[in-house]
Amino acid sequence: MSRFGGAGIFFARSMSHLGDVQPQSMHFAEALPLRSGAHLRDYTLVYETYGTLAADRRNAVLVCHALNASHHAAGTYAGDPKSEGWWNNLIGPGKPLDTNRFFVISVNNPGSCFGSTGPMHPNPDPAAGGRRYGADFPVVTVEDWVDAQARLIDALGIHELAAVIGGSLGGMQALAWALRFPERLRHCIAVATAPNLSAQNIAFNEVARRAIVTDPDFHGGHFYEHGVVPKRGLRVARMIGHITYLSDDAMEAKFGRDLQAAALGYTTLDIEFQIEGYLRYQGDKFSEYFDANTYLLITRALDYFDPAFAHGGDLAATFAGARSKFLLVSFTTDWRFAPARSREIVKALVDNRLDVSYAEIAAPHGHDAFLLDDPRYHAVLRARFDRIAAEAPPVRTVNASAAAPIDGRTAARSAKVAE
Amino acid sequence: MSDRKDMELIAELVPPGSRVLDLGCGNGELLAHLRELRQCSGYGIEIDDANVLACEQRGVNVVQLNLEEGLALFEDQSFDVVLQLDTLQHLRNTEKMLRETARVGRIGVVSFPNFAHWPNRLHVAAGRMPVTRVLPYEWYDTPNIRVGTYADFEVLARRDGLRILDSFGIQNGSVVRRWPNLLASVAVFKFERG
Repeated sequence: MSRFGGAGIFFARSMSHLGDVQPQSMHFAEALPLRSGAHLRDYTLVYETYGTLAADRRNAVLVCHALNASHHAAGTYAGDPKSEGWWNNLIGPGKPLDTNRFFVISVNNPGSCFGSTGPMHPNPDPAAGGRRYGADFPVVTVEDWVDAQARLIDALGIHELAAVIGGSLGGMQALAWALRFPERLRHCIAVATAPNLSAQNIAFNEVARRAIVTDPDFHGGHFYEHGVVPKRGLRVARMIGHITYLSDDAMEAKFGRDLQAAALGYTTLDIEFQIEGYLRYQGDKFSEYFDANTYLLITRALDYFDPAFAHGGDLAATFAGARSKFLLVSFTTDWRFAPARSREIVKALVDNRLDVSYAEIAAPHGHDAFLLDDPRYHAVLRARFDRIAAEAPPVRTVNASAAAPIDGRTAARSAKVAE
Repeated sequence: MSDRKDMELIAELVPPGSRVLDLGCGNGELLAHLRELRQCSGYGIEIDDANVLACEQRGVNVVQLNLEEGLALFEDQSFDVVLQLDTLQHLRNTEKMLRETARVGRIGVVSFPNFAHWPNRLHVAAGRMPVTRVLPYEWYDTPNIRVGTYADFEVLARRDGLRILDSFGIQNGSVVRRWPNLLASVAVFKFERG
């Protein structure tokens, strides 16, 4: 024990970059039954892993991504130092989710546009005649994603996860894990999330969707065949989304009423205020890489998430079957997923006498705070992961055969990372 | 809870195996103590970031809340014991929290600095507000915005229909049952809804 403790202290003091990582993919021939009644057939999931799976396989942590993120949660891609994963400040050697201790898995959800089977891929239905899915991609839900992730975890030879962690839509997936597979995770860490979307949240999503589907280049979701991208719609969708991720204060501090030029131009068409330029830039950037159908699918998954619906809206009854320990975190300036929504979840867990801790971080950044490295926020996550590691001390002396339940490629790469 | 001996004396008021809610749980020391020595479970409530982190490091369930907002998160009589130790004097809404304590817990336990302890009386008699080990602050910077006495609490408890099950003072780590209003710096009350 003392040896592990000593190692933990050593690593905690030496935070370093994960280094280069490589995505992997896994094909699933067996169709995935979806909530809608449809099936996702013949699909592929892209994922990344960081760290080494312990011989007892009890140190695996699943990271769930939110709306516009991917499996690339940490590390960089070779030759591209700017390609840091979206949660690189959290995951890595000596970081709060310490890859010296944990085997971290990050899966791209189906329907996404970053490699896993999505609307831009060919529809395997013979009736589609090799056409891309487009708008015919089946509607996927948070629960469907969790089922897909569970199959991948199965294939990696892991039965029980030390933790499932996610923020925002990722937090909904962590909650769904605790509800669907209560015996398969020891800790559920849900950050800046909600038990369902409010009417206001659904309204924002609907504005974004209308922007996309009314773009003349959308072509009913089959724009691939027309060689166009509904960029105008995507830009507006991103702009409205982006506004909701920031707090009023953060926007005021960053832009205020600062002007683009030295003086007002008295124009209704050109950019006058810097906030306009910023939003247009964010919209342009987003429209270059994000898929319009994916945006529709993922915002719908957000809208649909409502585990209490099947229990007459009774969230306490919903969590009656949960078994894991919980950590919830919210941010005081997050008005999209406000602290009050996290407290609803805390109440349901307390009503069920489940172990839960809840941190309400007074961060100024709004919803985006879950991606930033506020020291109070990261200290709480670090403390939780330290405890998780202490509950199941990692087996450090792993020989190659014990560490390689997956495939040769992963084991080789993991070994490299473990150095 | 500055003093470990005080904490142990108060822990003895909590029946073994209780489900406990600790309002203003600090760094979670008492909850950890109750879990390990008296097989209790439950949650702490804290507003302070550093204390929330300390609880998380200890593995004590902690919910970050401002007690001034009340205990809407908790159902009636959902805990065996609700503790409000060294907390009541910091709250603007003292009486409301006392009622909330009695609503949520089958038993309530409160402790607070006894303003009528004799050295305090001497300070006031000499024309100055007391500055002592238990009340170490000056009048202008004290977080103790509700200063009361052992005897005052008995009056408030009666007014709010609380039945006092046990009460005593603590002085230098010892229980004081004889003239606690005069001889003890800390007042402790165990009560239930009457």
